[in-house]
Formats: sequence, structure tokens, C-alpha cells
Amino acid sequence: MVEWFSDNRAGFAAVIVVLLMAMFIWSIVLGRKQAVLTAKDEVFGDPQRTRGGWYWALSGVATLMLIWFYFSWGIGRAYFPTAANEMCQVAKLEEVVSPIKAALPIGSRYYKSTLLVARNSDQLDTVESELPTDAFTIPEQAKLKALISKVRSLIVNSSDPKNLSREATKKLDQLVLQLNALSMELRGGLEGFSPTAKALAQPKWGTTHVEIPILPITARGMLFDGVATKAREAATLFRKIRNHPPANVTIISDVKARIAKFKKVNASGKFDKKTDADRVAYVKAVERIFRRLDDGTIFPANSLDGVNGAIAGLDAARDHARGSLGTIEAIFFPGIGVVKSRTQCTEQGSARWLPKPMDVIARFLKLANPDIEGGGGYKGVPLLWWKWLPVADLVDFVTPDWIADLWPGDYVRHGIDGTISPNFKDRLLNFARGDLYLGSIPALDGHLWDSVFRVLIAMGLGIFLGVPLGLFMGVSRFFKSFFDPLIELYRPVPPLAWAPLILTIFGITDDGKVFLLFMVAFAIMVISARTGASGTQLSKIRASHSLGASDRQIMWNVILPNALPEILTGVRIAIGVCWGTLVAAEILAGTTGVGFIENIARTVSDYELIWVTILIMGMLGLLFDLIMRWVIDKTIPWRGKG
Amino acid sequence: MADLVCEDLNMAFTNPQTGAVVEALKNINFTLKKGELLSVLGPSGCGKTTLLNLIAGFLNPTSGRASLGGRVIDGPGLERGMVFQQGALFEWLPVSKNVDFGLRMKSTDPAHSRQLVEKWLDIVGLQGFGDTPTYQLSGGMQQRVALARCLVNDPDVILMDEPLGALDALTREKMQSLVLELWKETGKTIIIITHSVEEALLLGERLFVMAPRPGRIHKEYNLQFAERGLSETLREIKQDKEFNEVREEVLTMIWDMEEEIMGRG
Repeated sequence: MVEWFSDNRAGFAAVIVVLLMAMFIWSIVLGRKQAVLTAKDEVFGDPQRTRGGWYWALSGVATLMLIWFYFSWGIGRAYFPTAANEMCQVAKLEEVVSPIKAALPIGSRYYKSTLLVARNSDQLDTVESELPTDAFTIPEQAKLKALISKVRSLIVNSSDPKNLSREATKKLDQLVLQLNALSMELRGGLEGFSPTAKALAQPKWGTTHVEIPILPITARGMLFDGVATKAREAATLFRKIRNHPPANVTIISDVKARIAKFKKVNASGKFDKKTDADRVAYVKAVERIFRRLDDGTIFPANSLDGVNGAIAGLDAARDHARGSLGTIEAIFFPGIGVVKSRTQCTEQGSARWLPKPMDVIARFLKLANPDIEGGGGYKGVPLLWWKWLPVADLVDFVTPDWIADLWPGDYVRHGIDGTISPNFKDRLLNFARGDLYLGSIPALDGHLWDSVFRVLIAMGLGIFLGVPLGLFMGVSRFFKSFFDPLIELYRPVPPLAWAPLILTIFGITDDGKVFLLFMVAFAIMVISARTGASGTQLSKIRASHSLGASDRQIMWNVILPNALPEILTGVRIAIGVCWGTLVAAEILAGTTGVGFIENIARTVSDYELIWVTILIMGMLGLLFDLIMRWVIDKTIPWRGKG
Repeated sequence: MADLVCEDLNMAFTNPQTGAVVEALKNINFTLKKGELLSVLGPSGCGKTTLLNLIAGFLNPTSGRASLGGRVIDGPGLERGMVFQQGALFEWLPVSKNVDFGLRMKSTDPAHSRQLVEKWLDIVGLQGFGDTPTYQLSGGMQQRVALARCLVNDPDVILMDEPLGALDALTREKMQSLVLELWKETGKTIIIITHSVEEALLLGERLFVMAPRPGRIHKEYNLQFAERGLSETLREIKQDKEFNEVREEVLTMIWDMEEEIMGRG
């Protein structure tokens, strides 16, 4: 079932998108109709006008979903399932040609040569002006200036078209021919191209971890794939073309010799420490610039015009060959399109970090699958399932080991024949440690349950301890004044600021996270219970005194129920804050939990999983809140009416 | 005899910030016999409520003492039932649970208390409202619940702190009749504090007009309108010549006191 859904997700998306569009249009039509009906007895600004209007909610949801589908390329994939593969083939060509383009105005606005000339000239000027006069003798300074002007002459020689070697000219012409041949091929049409069987057998787009199948599965894809392979030759040729004017060859060996001489003098060891450092650094600076100029990568500007034009022609031919794909890409694939990196094609732009709705569902189904061996769950733990929990584990958790120490007598010692016969004290210790079989009970298990469990335990403790303290603080001067500084000092610190400390103390076990959440819940419960208790009307307290109630009875029968609305509101707030804090705590440390999943997904850039966890947390937070709202409605109907 | 006796009651409040002492009550002396109906009237700040709180046991006097049936009052107790202006009902409990609150606090047999609750709900005119949440009741009905809650414990004295102050005129008149009926039927000692001169005259066998600074009993009246209210309608009494004369006298007295306060202030 899951597999089937997974394999046909593009088809599902196609249907769902149509339904969403229908829903969007229908709800707007309905909304406009309703607006006509009600408009006459409503004035603008009347808050009553906001009541109802589920159809607008429907169109809102549809809009949101359509935006999601659109920007995640969900719509594109649903209706053009081969588009990404073709874009991938185009991207292959782009990948190959990009080093050539990068050296030309068509890719970088300036010729790479121009940039090199500008940068190195600047740096030579700087180096010349910064010559340390106290580190070098006057003759040395003159020599250095001569050296720098030699290096500068390398730039001059390279920029002169007259100096361009015949070999370089020949190779550039050859490159232009090659590129033009590729353009011709792209304009040659798709006849005779058909995908290989191996390519057709690839997993479809979106059904594997590799997002886009890399081998071409259409005729157009085959064309681009073939051109990309041939373009590789041109790229190699371009990389090898160098401009070495004959004049430069002698200059280069001369400069090398002069630099070597300076280095030798520097290494003689007759300078003090500071002078030595200055000399070495300066010679190195000059050499660094020289090294960038001796490889013949500066060309006369117009010598590359031909290549630039050929690349422009190749781009035009590419756009011609893309045909309708270009339009489809512009409309249905917002962003930068597909980029080919070394081994794979990836979606770029919004589609990169915004996974398609269907992929999120498929990922969620995989995560929710309790069959760990079948690839379900995450890191060997299901999302939400059940397991057999040994009762002994519970006993171990509840009973501390020192209970056994309290029993009179000693633990057994081994006898002279090396045997051990445990006494009652030993058995008690085993019991307290959970070292025996007491049967098993079914218990909930999984990442989700772990997260919820931590929140529930912390909330339980927070309510159990916080509410009584809050109530007493609401009625007793001692309790209020004694505990107020304590709580008010730790509460304003954001829980996440406590997290590193507490998680360091407790480690990755549940205790630390539960304690952190407990701190959050406790403060909120104390404050809300206290507010509720101190808000009790004096006349109610006096009335109950007059009716013969004792202090304890008043606490239980008057102050507690009177504070109940505030307490329940506190619970509602505390659950929300705990939930938020928990995820952060799980991100910081832990081996299970929804936050843990998200953190690991983050480290491997698994956007789908990140979104799945975000959605799970959102839904669960909403669920908590709805439950609390329902509880509040049911338990304190008198709220605001007393 | 469960007489209520106040001997030389003094009550002074000290402002903790300024240290100024306000004499809320000075030298209050009176004896209220069992079954008497007393209304207390006076301008605001004359110590009416302080007097009631002292008798209820919510406050302890600075000097002097109040005693009921010979026992000195040193705290709240079931023998002195209290009815507050806003009812002070427990809105989280239904009517019957409000009424039997005092009984539950001393663990009365549930069957017996159910009987008592029904009886008293019947008397105050709330039969069948036992399971209604109190927040759904009107102001007059809430005061009836408060009366029943107080009476079900069979107190010797009923203390009412402006019990009808928040009610509309019509409901107020009905409630005044109810108070008179209850007084007659139960024979309880009742002290009513009120702002309304008419109400004080109608619901007082005895009437204390109190004066402020220091709070004291300015003048005492013995009236027979309450007695007449048992047989005549209240509206008839209000048109009575004598009633109007006394009302004008008391009104003038309080008016003058208020003038004096304003003048001083």
C-alpha cells in the first residue's frame, strides 16, 4: 500500500491539484454569493462580520496548498514527469561549458584576462609603494624596483595581440569550430535519438533518495546528453590553451633567478630578527604576484571574441533545442532550475528546501511504519508503536537500590568452595535493581511517544508540586515571600538558556529533559495557581468561615475551585511552552524524540524529514491545545460568570 | 437567652504608611434580644460594616467586647450566619450544594441535609432549582440562595450586609417581604445594614442611625413598621403619613451628616 502510493505519487498529486483548484474556485464563488446575501445588514467595522465564513477558510487552505504544490515543483512533477530529467541533461551541458563561460563576458561580464590584469597591476603598485627601505640596502632597493617592473612587463607583453603565439591562435580557432559544430548538432532536430533501456529502467523522479534520474529518458534528453559529452573535449581544449609570448619566456627565467638570489641572501642569517622577517615577507609578496603571471592565462582582449561569440551561439542553439521545455520550466519550475553537480542532478531554489507535499506524506508513511526491518521508523525506533515492557524495569525505576541496604544483615560472601547462596537481602537487592523476570506489560513506544511522555511527566510533576505551592503562596504571607524570590529569579531565564547547563549535568537521558520541562511547567503552574488563589473574593472566604468551614476545608472547597480557571489556563500555556522547549532540548541532546529526528535530518539536509517533523510537532501542539480547550469548556463552565 | 450584647466596642484602624489612626467605631453599647430585627443606617464611612464584621467575628475589636448568649465572639461561627451584598455564592457548585455547604463542612448525614436543603429552598421560593448552576440565576434568586445557605445551619443571628443593595426596585420589594416573612417564621435575631432609608424603616423593629468620625450610634428609633409589614403590603406602609414623617426626619439627619463630612473634607 505504502509502496504503491510511493510509486504513484506524481499521479496522486495530479488529481489532488485539480481538486484543490476546483475547491479554490468553488469556495470563492460560494463566498461571493454569501457576501451578496449578507452584505445589506452589515456595516464595516462590526465584529459580527467576521463570524462564519468557512468557505473562505476553504479557499485559504486551497491557496496555501496550491502555493506549496507550486513552489515545491509538485505541480510541475505531476503534469510534466519527464521535465526534470530533460532539465538535468541541459544542466549537464551547462556544467561542462561553465568553465569556458566563466572566462568570458558571457558568463562573468568581464574577460577573466581583464580581471587578472586589473588585480595584478593594482597589487604590483601596492607592493612597489610599500618597499621597506630600512630592511634593504639602497642597491637592493633599486634591484627590487627593477624586478617589479620586469614582472609588470609580463602583463604588457601578454596583452599585446602581436605577441599571441601561432599555436594559441590555432587552438582558439579550433575551439570555435568545435563549439559551432555542437551548435549545429543542437539545431539538427531530435530524429534518431531514443533513450537506452538502462535509462528507462531507472527509478522515477521522486521515488528514490536520488531525486532526479540522471540518464536521459527522452529523445531531447539524449540529444543534450550527447552534446554534453562532446562539449567536454572543447572544455579540455580551452583549459589547455596558454598565451606564452616569446619575450615573456626569457623574462620569466630572469625573474626566477633574481628571486632565488634574494632568497639566498635572506637565508644567509646575517640580519636581525625584524629585518629578516621584513625581507622574507617582501620577497614572498613579489613572488606571489609573479607566480600568478607566469602561467600564460592572460590573453589579448580581442583574441577571445571568437570564442565568446561561439558560446553565445551555443546558448542560442541550446534554447532552440529546449523548445517547449523552456516555457514549461519558466512557468512550472520556479527557482534556478536543475543543477548538475558531479554525480547527481538536484533541484535548486524553493524546490530544494520545500519538499513536495506527496513526498512529505510518503516520508511520513515510511517514518510511521512500525516495521523497523522493513525500513520503517527512524534510527531503529518506530514513530509511534507499542512494545513489551518488562515489569522489572518499572520496579527498578520506582524502587531505589538502597532499600535493600536497610534490611538488617550483610550481603552474601562467597563460600570456601567458591559457591554463592544468596540470602534474602541479596534477593531484595536484585528486586530493587530489576534483575529478575516479573513478566511484561504492553507499553507505548517510539519517538513520538517519548516526546509526549517527557512532556506529560514534566507537566504532571509541575501540576502536582506547583499548584499546591501556588495556592499556599496565594494565601500565606510566609509562602509568598519565601518562595517568590526563588521562582522569580529562575523563571525569567529563557528555558533554552538553562538547557545547556541541565543537559550537561544530566547527560542524554530522559531525566535532564524532564527536569528542564518541569522547571518550565512548575513556574507557570505556581504563578497561575497563585494568581487564582489570591484572586478569591474576600466575601467568599468570609462566607465559608461563617458557614463553619475549617482552614483546610476552605483551601480545598473554596480556594482551589476558585483558582481552577487560572490553573487550567496555566496548564494550557505550560503545555505549549513545554512542547516548544522539549524540541529544543531534544535537538541539543538525546537519542529519541521528534526533535532528535529533526536534528539528525538537519545534519544530512533531509528536507523532507525536517518538514515531516515540523508538521508532526505543529499538529501535536494543536492537538494538545484543542484538548485543553475542550477540558476548560467542560470543567469550568462558570468561568467569567461568577 | 441568646441575646447579642455589645459592651464599649472600640475599633481603630491604623494606616500602616502614615500611621494615622481612624476610629471606625467608638463606644458602641447595645443589647439585642433574641428575635429582634435591627436595621443599621448611616452615611458611608460611619462604621456600619465594621460593626457587622465585628459581630460576625471577621475582625477583633480594639477594646470592649461583643458576646452572643454570654459567649464572647472571637471568630466566625455557624451561630452567626452572614448574607453578603453580592451573595458571595460558590459559582462552581449548583444551588443545592451551595445551600448545604455548611452542613457538608460539619459532615451532616446526607439524607438529613437533603431534606433540610429542600425545605429551605421551598421557603425562599426556589423549589426545583437545586441542580441549577448559580451563575445562571438572577440577582434576586442568588440572594435567596444566600439566605437559604445561611438559614439551613439554623443560626441564632443573621447578619446582612446591604443584602438587597444590588437589586432592582421590584425584586427588592419582594425580597424585603421575604425577609420579613423569614423573620416572623423563624424568630431569628436579624441585623440588616442598608443604605436605603425606606428599607431601614421597613425592616427594622429597631433602627440605629450611625454617625461617622468617630463611628458611633447617633440616634436609636423603635419602630412598628416591620410588625405592620407582616400583615399589610409594603406599598401601603410607604404611603403612611407617619412613615413619611420618620423617613424625612432620618433623611435630614443623614443629609446633614453628609454635608458636614463634605464641609470638613
